[in-house]
Amino acid sequence: MSTTGTLHTPSQVADRRAKAPHSSMFARMLLRAAVLRRRRAAAALLAMVVAAAVATAMMNLYVDVQAKLRTEFRNYGANIIVVGKDGQSLSLPADALTKVESATSPGAKALAVAFSYAVARTKDGQSVVVVGTDFTRARQLNHWWKVSHWPDGQNQALIGMRAANVVSPNRQPFELTFQGKAIELTPAGMLQTGAGEDSRIYLDQSQFQNWTGVAPSTIEVAVNGTAAEVETSVRQLAQLLPSADVRPVRQIMEGEANVLNKTRATLYASATLVVLTSALCVLATLMGWVFDRRRDFAIMKALGASERLVNGFFAAEAAAMGAVGAILGFFIGIGVAVWIGRANFHAPVVPRFSVFPYVLAGSVAVALISAILPIIMLRRVQPAIILRGE
Amino acid sequence: MFPRIVYESFRHQARRKLLAGIAITLGVAVATAMIAVATDIGDKINRELRSYGANLVVTPQEDTLDVEVGGVNLKPPSDGAFLNEADLPKIRGTFWHNNIVGFSPMLPVTVKIANGSGAKDVTEDVTLVGTYFNKQLHFGKQDFTTGVRITHPWWRVEGKCGDGALPRRGRVEDSPATCGWPNDDSQNILIGERLAAKLAKRPGDTLDVAGRQLTIFGILSTGAAEDDEIVAPLALAQQILGKPGAVRRVYVSALTKPQDAFATQDPNTMTPEVRDRWYCSPYVQSIAFQLQEVIPHSHAEQIRQVAQNEGTVLSRIKGLMLLVTLAALFASALAVSAAMATAIFERRVEVGLMKALGAGNLAVSAIFFAEALLLALIGGIAGFSAGALLARQIGRSIFNSQISIEPVLFPVILAIAVIVTFAGSAAAIRRAVKFDPVFALRGEG
Repeated sequence: MSTTGTLHTPSQVADRRAKAPHSSMFARMLLRAAVLRRRRAAAALLAMVVAAAVATAMMNLYVDVQAKLRTEFRNYGANIIVVGKDGQSLSLPADALTKVESATSPGAKALAVAFSYAVARTKDGQSVVVVGTDFTRARQLNHWWKVSHWPDGQNQALIGMRAANVVSPNRQPFELTFQGKAIELTPAGMLQTGAGEDSRIYLDQSQFQNWTGVAPSTIEVAVNGTAAEVETSVRQLAQLLPSADVRPVRQIMEGEANVLNKTRATLYASATLVVLTSALCVLATLMGWVFDRRRDFAIMKALGASERLVNGFFAAEAAAMGAVGAILGFFIGIGVAVWIGRANFHAPVVPRFSVFPYVLAGSVAVALISAILPIIMLRRVQPAIILRGE
Repeated sequence: MFPRIVYESFRHQARRKLLAGIAITLGVAVATAMIAVATDIGDKINRELRSYGANLVVTPQEDTLDVEVGGVNLKPPSDGAFLNEADLPKIRGTFWHNNIVGFSPMLPVTVKIANGSGAKDVTEDVTLVGTYFNKQLHFGKQDFTTGVRITHPWWRVEGKCGDGALPRRGRVEDSPATCGWPNDDSQNILIGERLAAKLAKRPGDTLDVAGRQLTIFGILSTGAAEDDEIVAPLALAQQILGKPGAVRRVYVSALTKPQDAFATQDPNTMTPEVRDRWYCSPYVQSIAFQLQEVIPHSHAEQIRQVAQNEGTVLSRIKGLMLLVTLAALFASALAVSAAMATAIFERRVEVGLMKALGAGNLAVSAIFFAEALLLALIGGIAGFSAGALLARQIGRSIFNSQISIEPVLFPVILAIAVIVTFAGSAAAIRRAVKFDPVFALRGEG
């Protein structure tokens, strides 16, 4: 306290100001301008924050929505199918499923389900296709299966709607024979898909194998990822299982690519429009803010400030505003993106901090442009005219 | 006097008015384009979702079980019931016929083919599927084409072009869309790519199918069971089977509305009014019901893998676009009000002068609001036209089809433009009016 007290005589103040680094005056002018015109500065900053928030939310969504939609598309079921080479009735090697799982599981969220098929006969001699599978996995893979009740016990079977009319119209237990071996089954539930599954009877894999001795002949795999990642998985699986035929399910792959590309393009166009509009908003506000300060501009020039200093001052002010707006807006924008992810996809959006540099650079650039335009206009005017209030 | 002040203000402050006008125009353009895209995106994505294939299948009511393992049909060919091909064009007569993108009949037949080179006695059983490729049909006065090229867009064919040669690079008429597909009235066939590899056949070769020498027109690749099969025009399959007019099942690709609780109700338990409402909604269930009505002795069912999922995908994308549109509207509203606020704030001296000459707050506000209204109307009209162009451009470049703008949108957009401009100006006008004229005139803003 005592030292500051001694610094109050005019000569000492002048001395201190002269010795003080040039930058402190610069910083003070920046700060004082914002503090003295709080409302105008707040309005300009608010525009910056909102624009940065909207831009952040859009960029976050653009990156994240594709992953979100891909997860939705996996509800369409398997996108890779593995069958025995040369004729589908051929069995796959016994370790095929474990191999498929080892190839796809690390990192990638993949789901593999094995199916084995046999044609059995009912009591009255009708042929019916019986399938052995793992019910827990089939349920995860084929979300669209409409099942009244999943089997959970011995000798329970899941019966397709159309098969039910033939083998067990009144839901009574029924008998099937395969190569002379008979089995007694109880219908646990009905299966409805509108496709081939409706004509089949599904059994638990181990029970099916005990009865028929037929090993799995088809593995359906759902790999979550981009088209290129799925292609890689197909190649890996083909290398791992030389005796099997591995192919992508084109119907699913092409449908997904088509819808995803269109959605991405629309989202891209929309996000660009929204970001441009936000930039326009910043431009309008900031130009007003700088133009409004033409008196400061004139005084600085009248007091002998160089062109470079004045330009630098206004540019620094705009850049500072842009940076502060970008930081605040970024966090608000992340919040908005997370909310949209929750509301629309019922899944959290992972904040992408990688977009921050773009938001920051964009905000500062727009702020600089909005400062430079009015300065160029003002430069042509004599300071005296501005100070006279014309 | 009042119109003159407004008129002179526009004449002498053209630059400031231009800035505000540009902001309004751009804001309205973005809002218009986004609203147009968002209202149309459901229909557009619905059409794109049709690339997943048919979402309905029609089978005979009294059908026996399919005995099919991995695409090989083990059911005796003449077993079971059939639909009548002559009934199919009636699909175009259902209530929601405009929503039906296409349909393809299927008739699988097990045939014997000569296996490999020369040896006539070595035969093999293969499934031959009869279908429409791109068949010309007419119902009433309408002519339309339908077939697997519409309902199964992922099928790829490589083969001979119109003049019998293989596709050549760079020739427009040799594009994959036109080459390789046999005519629906011909005796030419497609064979699956794995069957072709096994038999070592190429497009242009002939194949002995059930005692007939048929020309292989193209090699078909689908990534599914058809890769091991022969695909032929429906009439040819019917000849081989000896059952003219027979169809085993029909795949129908329809644009549907996402399913809700109402959709899954049983139409037989509904009251007549509720039933009418259900019948007139394009749910996959009601379209299935209508297909059953027009095709005698048929059973139509949704293919759940396709039908169940498209609703979810569709509602997600629509929801997303709605939120993005809200963000766009918010950003445009903000841009317009920022521009207006700036334009008015610069005119405090003018306000001071008017008030010093005796103008009341109301008179000053009225001038500013009149100017804002004029700007909003001009900017709104220009912005609406620009936005319509933008939406059309987006529709053409992304979806290859028009995004139409409802004319009813025009007054709505104009009203929004005026309201947003007023709202944006209101705060600034209030502050300008409140400002003490003495300070304003002394230049101490």
